[in-house]
Amino acid sequence: MTKLSNSDGFTNTLWKFFTSVKLSVFILLSLAMTSIIGTLIPQNENPMLYLKKYGEFRFSLFKSLDLFDMYHSWWFRFLLCMLTVNIIVCSINRLTATWKIIFPKTPKFNINRFRKMKNRQEWTSTSTPETLKTAYETYLKKRFKTFLVEPAENGYRLFAEKGRWTRLGVYVVHLSIIFLVIGGLVGSIFGFDGYVNIPEHESISSIFLQNSKLKKELGFEIRCNDFNISFYDSDMRNRNRMPKEYRSDLSIIKNNKEVIKKEIIVNDPLRYAGINIFQSSYGQTKASGLKYEKQAKMGQSIDMPGNTGTLKIEDFKSHFPYRGITLDNVYICVFTPKEGEPEHILIPENSRFDAMRNGDFIISIENLGNHLKITFTETGLKYYTGLQVTKDPGVPIVYTGFIFLIIGCYITFFMFHKKICVELTTAGGKTNVMVSGISEKNRPGMLSVTRRVANQLKHLK
Amino acid sequence: MTSSKIFSIITFLYGLALVLYIISWVFKKSFPGKLAVAATIAGATGNLAGVILRWIESYQMGIGHAPLSNLYESLIFFAMTIAIVHLFIAFKYKQRIIGVVSSPIPFLAMAYASLPKVNDSIQPLIPALQSNWLIAHVMACFIGYSAFAIAFGISIIFLLKSPDAEQQTGIMARIPDFDTLDDLTHQMVMFGFLFLSIGIITGAVWANQAWGRYWGWDPKETWSLITWLIYATMLHARLMRGWQGKRIAVLSCIGFFAVIFTYFGVNLLPGLHSYQ
Repeated sequence: MTKLSNSDGFTNTLWKFFTSVKLSVFILLSLAMTSIIGTLIPQNENPMLYLKKYGEFRFSLFKSLDLFDMYHSWWFRFLLCMLTVNIIVCSINRLTATWKIIFPKTPKFNINRFRKMKNRQEWTSTSTPETLKTAYETYLKKRFKTFLVEPAENGYRLFAEKGRWTRLGVYVVHLSIIFLVIGGLVGSIFGFDGYVNIPEHESISSIFLQNSKLKKELGFEIRCNDFNISFYDSDMRNRNRMPKEYRSDLSIIKNNKEVIKKEIIVNDPLRYAGINIFQSSYGQTKASGLKYEKQAKMGQSIDMPGNTGTLKIEDFKSHFPYRGITLDNVYICVFTPKEGEPEHILIPENSRFDAMRNGDFIISIENLGNHLKITFTETGLKYYTGLQVTKDPGVPIVYTGFIFLIIGCYITFFMFHKKICVELTTAGGKTNVMVSGISEKNRPGMLSVTRRVANQLKHLK
Repeated sequence: MTSSKIFSIITFLYGLALVLYIISWVFKKSFPGKLAVAATIAGATGNLAGVILRWIESYQMGIGHAPLSNLYESLIFFAMTIAIVHLFIAFKYKQRIIGVVSSPIPFLAMAYASLPKVNDSIQPLIPALQSNWLIAHVMACFIGYSAFAIAFGISIIFLLKSPDAEQQTGIMARIPDFDTLDDLTHQMVMFGFLFLSIGIITGAVWANQAWGRYWGWDPKETWSLITWLIYATMLHARLMRGWQGKRIAVLSCIGFFAVIFTYFGVNLLPGLHSYQ
């Protein structure tokens, strides 16, 4: 028994600890202040850079405090966890205590509180309380959700109220924060954030994770068909010209079949199977020397690799006069680039030919009897596209939190529970009218509501 | 007329409004106050016209985008939103005197924008900024900043007004009573908090669309969160612990320093949001 009450006592103390608003204020300020550190110390940089910048002592001190990745450190997560528990406990505690007050079975009004309000408006009317009661009743019923009337000593008391539910606004805000925390958690457990560079015309099936730099298999291939960068200034000599657009033509290949093909730009990613592929960077790399082999018959047009154009082998000549010399065993081909005029090229048999003037491919042709084998070998410099590849199943939860946060803040800040009381008392053939309003939250707002109601009631006879 | 010409005229108008507000306050005359409101209305209208004109000019240059893309354009937009929020207070709460503290901000923002070191040319948008979220994100943030700026101005008056000033007859007596100032600060902070939240959220949704993550602890993001946390603390202290008056005024000032740092200070730190 003793043990039980002890643990009860402990639970109680713990519960009380978490219901304290002082704790909320403390956690909110702690989060604000510690967050500053991470904006002063660049996060997730190379350890060597830190060592150079801060020296050995500060480096090991900062490292032990996780300051180089502080937003993922145990203590920052601990603070977030405390905030979440604090919000949940506070909300449950307050809601269980106030639910009955907020939503009573029969609304109750305390006339004495209304009589004491500073915002009360008073005047005298020549009409009888009965006439006024009927007129005011129609007015109040139209504008307020709940309406009650009770007879008083020398007249009537009319009560009206609306917006009781708006007291829940703050719980909507708190719920939204919990959604954000859960969404973040789901994302960090079940999601990933990676990157990969894909040279043009090549495909990859795995990416590198941003934090751990580990390799991750995607379960499908991403092929970069093409990468293009365009500038606002078309003058090639201007080294500082501003980029206008980075565009990657990507294909998703699953089981050797292209399932999706899309051109992505910054702000317009490719989404496939819960995985998002974003244009993130680009660069140039030496061509891999990758070989593509194709087969063709004489007179047939074939597509060049990477959608660069078409090649048609028109004829084969064992002797071909060309610019004063005679070439032996040449294929006469027509190369049609993707954009541009077709041109004739000559490819000597069993030799290599630089098909495109900037040297994207070397082409060689071999006669295998019944068909021709054409080999394209990549060469020179080529662009690669830098992609960010992410998966975050927490996003829908986070977005729900976002919507709740905006709606909740709006309700909490700009809507309030309004209670109005009108007291009608006869005094010497005339009627004294008192209008008074109560709002737990927004006193200045209630003052203007009370004034407005009073002014409109004055015109009713 | 070009947009830059309009901007130099409105800088003058905002300066004029400031002088008129001070005259109205010091000499206890309501006429200069009315003129000041008129000058602010003219300034804000011209400001809006200038923003729209600059938008059109960018299209004529073939690089059309909303004028919200660099420091110069943000300062001009900031001046406009502050002037509008200020006018809103002047009409809704009938507190013209607040103009003494809120009208310096649009004037200073415009004056700062006209310094030679602030690049006023219309530049094309880098790929990352080419999104419709840009407009919603920047607008929401700056409406929020404006409300916080005015809350800061009111808090400064609150702190300058000595407790026994309620009975004084000097110029300090002409400023609204403590309850009104306190309530105005609270109203502005609530308004700003809602818009800062919308600004952070639209930014997060945009980031998720452009980079695949809604939050990346970039310094500006982090500082906007710090600002949000400070004002959240302030709202809790007031609504739950009943803090009022001086302590709220001090928190409002601290909050505004965080706003200023989010706006300007972050340029000193590396990150995605730094203005060029």
